[in-house]
Amino acid sequence: MFGFGKGDTNSLTMNKAHPESLLDSSAQDVIGKPIDRIDGPKKVSGKATYAAEYALDNVAYGYLVRATVGAGKITKLDAETAKAMPGVIDVITDYATFLRNPQQGGETEAPTQGVEQVAYYGEIIAIVVAESYEAARDAALRLHVDYAPSEGRYDFQTHRNEAEKPSPQQIPPYHEQGDIEEGMKQAQHRIDVTYTTPSQNSAAMEPHASLAVWEDGALTLYGAYQMPASDKQQLAKSLGVSADKVRIVAAYVGGGFGSKLGIAPESVAAAIAAKRLGRPVKAVMARQQVFDATVRRSNTEQRMRLGADADGKLIAIGHETITSNLPGEDYFEPAGMATHFLYDGENRLITHDIVRLDWTLSGSMRAPGEAVGLIALEGAIDELAEEIGIDPIELRRRNEPEQDPEKKVPYSSRMLIPCLERGAERFGWAKRKPAGTDRRGDWLYGIGVASAARSNQLQKSAAKVSIDGQGKAHVETDMTDIGTGTYTILGQITAEILGLPIEDVIVHLGDTDAPPGAGSGGSWGAGSSGSSVYLACEALRGQIAKAMGVDEPSMTLKDGRVIADNRSVPLAELVGDGMEATGEIAPGRQEKTFNQASYGAHFAEVAVNVVTGEVRVKRMLGVFTAGRILNEKTARSQCLGGMTFGIGSALTEELVHDPRNGKVVNRDLGEYHVPVNADVPQLEVEFLHERDIQANPLHAKGLGEVGICGAAAAVGNAIYNATGVRVRDYPLTLDKLLDGLPVV
Amino acid sequence: MKTFSYAKADDAETAVRDAHVSGAKYIAGGTNLLDLMKLQVETPEKLVDISRLPLGEIEEREDGGLTIGALVPNSDLAADPRVIAKYEVLSRALLAGASGQLRNKATTGGNLLQRTRCYYFYDTSTACNKREPGSGCSAIGGFNRVLAVLGTSEHCIATHPGDMPVAMRALDATIITLKADGDKRRIPIGDFYRLPGDTPQIETVLEAGELITHVELPAPPKGKQVYVKVRDRASYAFALVSIAGVVEVADGKIASAALAFGGLGPMPWRNPAVEAALVGQAPSDAVFAAAADALLADAKGYGSNDFKIPLARRVLIATLRDLTGE
Repeated sequence: MFGFGKGDTNSLTMNKAHPESLLDSSAQDVIGKPIDRIDGPKKVSGKATYAAEYALDNVAYGYLVRATVGAGKITKLDAETAKAMPGVIDVITDYATFLRNPQQGGETEAPTQGVEQVAYYGEIIAIVVAESYEAARDAALRLHVDYAPSEGRYDFQTHRNEAEKPSPQQIPPYHEQGDIEEGMKQAQHRIDVTYTTPSQNSAAMEPHASLAVWEDGALTLYGAYQMPASDKQQLAKSLGVSADKVRIVAAYVGGGFGSKLGIAPESVAAAIAAKRLGRPVKAVMARQQVFDATVRRSNTEQRMRLGADADGKLIAIGHETITSNLPGEDYFEPAGMATHFLYDGENRLITHDIVRLDWTLSGSMRAPGEAVGLIALEGAIDELAEEIGIDPIELRRRNEPEQDPEKKVPYSSRMLIPCLERGAERFGWAKRKPAGTDRRGDWLYGIGVASAARSNQLQKSAAKVSIDGQGKAHVETDMTDIGTGTYTILGQITAEILGLPIEDVIVHLGDTDAPPGAGSGGSWGAGSSGSSVYLACEALRGQIAKAMGVDEPSMTLKDGRVIADNRSVPLAELVGDGMEATGEIAPGRQEKTFNQASYGAHFAEVAVNVVTGEVRVKRMLGVFTAGRILNEKTARSQCLGGMTFGIGSALTEELVHDPRNGKVVNRDLGEYHVPVNADVPQLEVEFLHERDIQANPLHAKGLGEVGICGAAAAVGNAIYNATGVRVRDYPLTLDKLLDGLPVV
Repeated sequence: MKTFSYAKADDAETAVRDAHVSGAKYIAGGTNLLDLMKLQVETPEKLVDISRLPLGEIEEREDGGLTIGALVPNSDLAADPRVIAKYEVLSRALLAGASGQLRNKATTGGNLLQRTRCYYFYDTSTACNKREPGSGCSAIGGFNRVLAVLGTSEHCIATHPGDMPVAMRALDATIITLKADGDKRRIPIGDFYRLPGDTPQIETVLEAGELITHVELPAPPKGKQVYVKVRDRASYAFALVSIAGVVEVADGKIASAALAFGGLGPMPWRNPAVEAALVGQAPSDAVFAAAADALLADAKGYGSNDFKIPLARRVLIATLRDLTGE
């Protein structure tokens, strides 16, 4: 028997709309359903193997050594004393090759290398390798290092006036349109305020971990990474080997939120040590090192200017952001990202500048840009509504643009106003009282609203899908599941299009030996990787139709059977020695000719204690649209997680840098306060029906980040409504509210 | 974690002799000590495991008080019906601390000795007089949000992080110990802790090898009891300010008052002047303000913890209203 086109590659570049989707015409009825994660039982029974858990023979344990000055040159590292300790194998460093800091996501170049000249407190400068983790840790903590310290730049306020314009890059740092000054002058109502947000850390449950094994000059790295395809290239370039000599395995990742987009210092340290010792080396970051030496979300200072005419129509929007990063690093926190397209208004100024500081690298953390940018924009919109004296939802309605106000292109789909209206109805928005007037005992109550918006992106992504002799489908791609539900939705897409029970789809992820996927980042994973799987399955449908001897459109696939021409044949009987196809999706003109984004509306109710200033979120509702929802349960979980992040941003999370040396002060989960269960009330999530035919063949848009976008602003606006106190320096800890509360 | 030797104690007398000679640290729940050992903030040469000693009972005494074994877990103490009924402030303080899992492991004796959560104490790369005497204090001039505003010295501004000990201070608990020479000692909790002065590494009056065996609570106090804890998140955070209060009002006047404070000082804080400002007075905002004045007269902020001073004032006044209200 022939393979009927076995090995087909079905490629699609999104250069035109894709109005029909097989997900609508297929019959399995599994897409969108809130099915449990297919990897769930493995995770709860400990059978899902994470990077640090591979049981290899002869593993040596590494413990990373950090620099304990903020700036300076290493003059001596006393390896001999450490090496004499029991169980210690070696103290290994390679000043030129060790990573100064992690790489950003999607880059194919090596990160900045070189650690002899210390760039920030906590930089990883060496690795101690021992026969046990405990012995390595003991020696690493006692390792003596001498430095010739030098002057550093450690304080944002001190250096904020030295901010520089970023180099041109993918996200333009500057946009000027019309005349902001003139617009503000003409405005009847004006807001000119400054919001600040602190550095944050993703604090993913799984710390960064790498297990490096060399065999015949080739490296396998079991790593905790979000984007293996580009991580592999970064790692190869860091080590000076060709990319085909590097394989990354990241089958399960315990949360990333951006901190694992690019490779981090532990990978190169483990790889160098493993090569030198000729045995596998494992390097797991201590929690404190995750705070010290991975990625932070930059602190921001954001000046917001809004000018509206008498009717509340915006005629001026200014969003000027100052962020921070290490010298030489291009990345800036793009806080103005959503401001480009969320509201109408002809005179616009959106800028970003970078203050160079000797602090831990800043990079992407969940919804880079919008997560903190919408704190300022949506806070200022709330302030403008108060200033004009109209309802904040009505203000947003009056400024709903007909097209992208900057690029002058249509929105591919946009249901911001329906989200706001549905949320208002469900949340009881009409019962909102004037600020500071709803006191119940020692608590002031208030409710707040904010828009959610997050750009939709499509990334190049490939997947192979095969059907074996038992009629089971196998999906293979180096795409990752970082807790988001990728395994499950790729399984659902396959099951839907090939007409299989979900149990008959086996999904293999996170191995660079498989076709390169988009990786998990920027909310693009489901749309991009899902589309590649869609395309592979579409090709397989052609192969199945050919084997059945029927026209593809006349064929129905359901429950493992092929139904056409008054026949119903088990799929297994048609596959012969197996079928396989590869799908490849690529972004095209549709992302330029349309503005694509996911939207939503956050509602929050808070109570503020009049004595202590403590804030308790009482309830939250998020109403979202993101095109087709591929799995209502995992989608809801993504939004719940985002909203919880929002509570942390609003109330508790702040990574503190010591102004004397840049050191991260609160470097554990005891003092870096992510919300705990008691901080998170009942959260409600609702999705409105939407399809986006410009986005991809799935008609789905990104969902992993829209849940955080605007969530903190809704809490902040609710605090204002409760207390009448507007605090613009996040997080809104009790000390900042005390002065504005009634005298006790 | 440095290599250490380990001995399991079968009886208290042997344990104290061992610890006296070897300089060992005792371990029971290990909820604080093990974390500190992993970071090499604590580097004991030897651990004596006392977790199997028969010190796990709560007994009523003839005088109406309770004797609490040093190994009674925080969870059990908080849930004891006699504690709930008669020492509500203690039960509430215990439940305000840590998490369920930690309270299951943490013991009464160990919790009295919990060490500060100063950020710099936890980081061995920084100067800290408590961890390394003479090295300096990084918290002064650094970030000190959770640190002390009362009882500090130029050498240390650490706070005692506990909740249970604050309630015990308000309840006038007595700490019973066994010394290396076999003598028992009764230490009123007010005498148990030491101010940092120029020796912040010495936190209590315990001598080498001296083992806490019991905590005695006197007969239940009269009046209303509350424990108020203000913190940076709703659970699993150390107190910014906490108050353990026991106040009796009779014939329209405050007959007795016991007020202890957490989050403000290097020890569970109690100041007789606060109570003197209250006792014999009819409850009023002016009287409460005078009590707050007495508490905070010598308070000193260090920058990021300045807010604790007005916060403590607000919380004390509101707590006193609650304690003296109907």
